Amino acid sequence: MTHEQRERRSYFIGFAACAAWTALAFGAVILRLDQITALWIIGVSALAQVVLQFRYFLHIDFSRQKREDLQLILFSALLLAIMVGGTVWILADLDKRMM
Amino acid sequence: MSDNLHPGINLGADHGSDHAGAEATVFGFWVFLMSDLITFGVFFATYAAASDVVGRAGGPGPLELFNLTSVGLQTAILLISSLTCGFSALAVKYKEGVAKVTFWLAVTALLGLAFLALEIKDFADMAAKGGAPTRSGWLSSLWALVGLHGLHITVGILWASVMMALILRRGENHHTKRLMLMFGLYWHFLDLIWIGIFSVVFLGGLA
Repeated sequence: MTHEQRERRSYFIGFAACAAWTALAFGAVILRLDQITALWIIGVSALAQVVLQFRYFLHIDFSRQKREDLQLILFSALLLAIMVGGTVWILADLDKRMM
Repeated sequence: MSDNLHPGINLGADHGSDHAGAEATVFGFWVFLMSDLITFGVFFATYAAASDVVGRAGGPGPLELFNLTSVGLQTAILLISSLTCGFSALAVKYKEGVAKVTFWLAVTALLGLAFLALEIKDFADMAAKGGAPTRSGWLSSLWALVGLHGLHITVGILWASVMMALILRRGENHHTKRLMLMFGLYWHFLDLIWIGIFSVVFLGGLA
């Protein structure tokens, strides 16, 4: 298989795998699974799709990237975790205390 | 493989100086995308903070307002457009000619328009059912988050349209190739954000 075919195939793989995970997440809601199970399925499916899209559409391959690119992405993820995680944590705590 | 100079699809050594010259530009675009990711992240955090009984302020909730069929359709459309966007990038990389590049760009932009039309219809339906952004904190944060993504899609459609005109007039040169690389990253990034939106907002709200 040529490089081109391999690259084209990788888009199809990413597409098919993402579609399957999406269908699973929608299925959990359509079939009215209980809330905790459904949320777990949706969460795992979202994470899987993000990883798949990074790998197959954005071509992020952690083994052969130049260091500064990887550092940029990881640092952004760290900032995001601090800001989003911190906000949700503090406000959820506040919510509980005020109830 | 040392052929890859930056994350995302690379033009490859066949493109000579166009490939080498794209490195700094594409890296700069990644810096923008990552800062945009932080912006979306904060909108997500605001949404999460407002999405409980208190945030709804006695107003309508997900069960009354969301249209799962439409959201599923939007998700499918955006995922297919990610694939066609990838085809346009491959058409540039493997020198398949201006016609193929613009064809796949046009398909991507049209799918973007279809997505936007469904989203606007959903917004109108929500407002008609008493789910205007002024109704509650939850609705304000929802309109802001989903609207911000819709705004990005709108910009992407404009970008694709301008790029098609540029490529048809001037052909593929170092400038238009770089624009194509960046557009591909931008469009895939928007699909990535949409995964977060349909998972957290729509599926999470209806679970």
